[in-house]
Amino acid sequence: MKVRLLDIAHARSGDKGDTANVGLIAVDRSWYPVLERYVTRDRVAAHFRGVITGKVERYELPNLNALNFLLHGALDGGGTLSLKTDAQGKVFSTALLRMVLDIPDDEARALKLPGSKQWPSYQRSPKE
Amino acid sequence: MSTTDKSGRIVRVAAGQGFWGDWLEAPRRQAEGGPIDYLMLDYLAEVTMSILQKQKERDPKMGYARDFIGAVESIWPAIAERGVRVIANAGGVNPPSCADAVRQSAERAGVSKSVRIGVVTGDDLLPRLDELIAGGHALANMETGEPLSTVRDRVLSANAYIGSTPIVEALSKNANIVITGRSTDTALTMAPLRFEFGWGTEDWDRLAAGIIAGHIIECGAQCSGGNCLYDWQNIPDLANVGYPIVEGSADGTFVIAKHPNTGGRISIRSVTEQLVYEMGDPHSYITPDVVADFTTIRLEDAGENRVRVFGIKGRPPTDKLKVSIAYRAGFKAVGTLVYSWPDALPKAQLADRVLRERLDNLGLRFDKVLSEFVGASATHGPLAGDPGDPPEVQLRFGVRGEDKAAVERFTREIAPLVLNGPPSVTGFAGGRPKVEEIVAYWPALVDKSVVQTRVEVLE
Repeated sequence: MKVRLLDIAHARSGDKGDTANVGLIAVDRSWYPVLERYVTRDRVAAHFRGVITGKVERYELPNLNALNFLLHGALDGGGTLSLKTDAQGKVFSTALLRMVLDIPDDEARALKLPGSKQWPSYQRSPKE
Repeated sequence: MSTTDKSGRIVRVAAGQGFWGDWLEAPRRQAEGGPIDYLMLDYLAEVTMSILQKQKERDPKMGYARDFIGAVESIWPAIAERGVRVIANAGGVNPPSCADAVRQSAERAGVSKSVRIGVVTGDDLLPRLDELIAGGHALANMETGEPLSTVRDRVLSANAYIGSTPIVEALSKNANIVITGRSTDTALTMAPLRFEFGWGTEDWDRLAAGIIAGHIIECGAQCSGGNCLYDWQNIPDLANVGYPIVEGSADGTFVIAKHPNTGGRISIRSVTEQLVYEMGDPHSYITPDVVADFTTIRLEDAGENRVRVFGIKGRPPTDKLKVSIAYRAGFKAVGTLVYSWPDALPKAQLADRVLRERLDNLGLRFDKVLSEFVGASATHGPLAGDPGDPPEVQLRFGVRGEDKAAVERFTREIAPLVLNGPPSVTGFAGGRPKVEEIVAYWPALVDKSVVQTRVEVLE
């Protein structure tokens, strides 16, 4: 089943120099393991391919049902150097929530994950 | 001072500003909306110090956050009659002048007899930079590793982030307004809790709890419904959003709350969003006083608009202090034009190509040229997918470089496009883009032993 992160998580992002951080928080506590298993460092790095220039780090905070991602080279130098609209990385949060996960049907049903609706073209098309 | 008896004593620390430029109404609403013991006002962001340093160069009596004077003026009765104490890093690069302005305001308000101003200094390393570099302190950039000597002649300000100890000292000398320079944002909240409950300097778990309380409220309403993504449509009455209050207990546990009859929402979700804001490695949130571990935080619903926070662990800090250095890093300018339907995006894209070719033909060289298409891809880039045929798209075109004349010349190339570029263009009424000097941030570390803070209490 296809599950969009926007429907199972919320997020906030900010900056430290040229690095954006995205805190990704499960809406329901029982959905945190889904984030931990499927929203891997590599998956997030692929999601932001062409958007950031550096590596991705991931930290787990099961106590807060949250993951923290550091996206390096995300802000065109960061702070006052940056020419970007989002120089402080404020909306990398919602950019991450565009991600669509493929979850096995029985797992998705057992966790009552909100499933596939008709989404607009939120995700990068597979051929890119 | 306290609002309940000794056994279950609660100390209330209210947040009234999350940055310089935050809501002017907030300090007064916090002081008048219900019981508080301390009002904490955070004015300093990474580049604020350099702006203040420029102001001080023009006028040696300036260099502090002047909004702070208006804030205390709006709450003199709370300070002078009800015993609310104020802690603020409004001093910027000139805490003594800030204190002077507060003292004059107290005299004008006729309350100077009941005001004792504590002034914390010693964070300003600018006058000592050459001595430090000569003494083997490289002050290397924490991101790039380059030594500060590479930009030494362009440095505008250099301040060590200092911790809670000098604030506690000022409170113990009965200051009821404490003004600091570059204190950490979190120390402004932790210090009054440490002072009231007598926490020791090695009481790592409680100190860490105070730091995390500070992290939660340091951005003002950002933990109480502001900028909250979860269920944002249903967060009530943002027009009257209540700023957060820490209700601290001696054991290091605390509740995040807000005054009754205020808007916004405090929930586990709103608090969690703020906890992860600007987070690095959650195991090691390093401050001058303690290293706090965010993976130990426990949150619990404690009633409507109340979240209890407990379980926090901390460990000893490092022997370094972070230093915030600002330096001149060239010039930039950003110009915009709006293209309308039909084919707004291809029109904006053509304008972008034309503009780039003209800059090339002029032989202008920049370190960076960036064009964005607002309405199509500016904030999410390729992740946004196909925008279709939107009603309008804004071309936002920026350049930066060391050559001011080149940046200046670029600003003359936007307006001509209105008549000699692609059609259906509007939205240029703002005039020619402004050339801005870039003041960039240089984070570094310095040995704790070289920074000595001083506390003075003015009667």
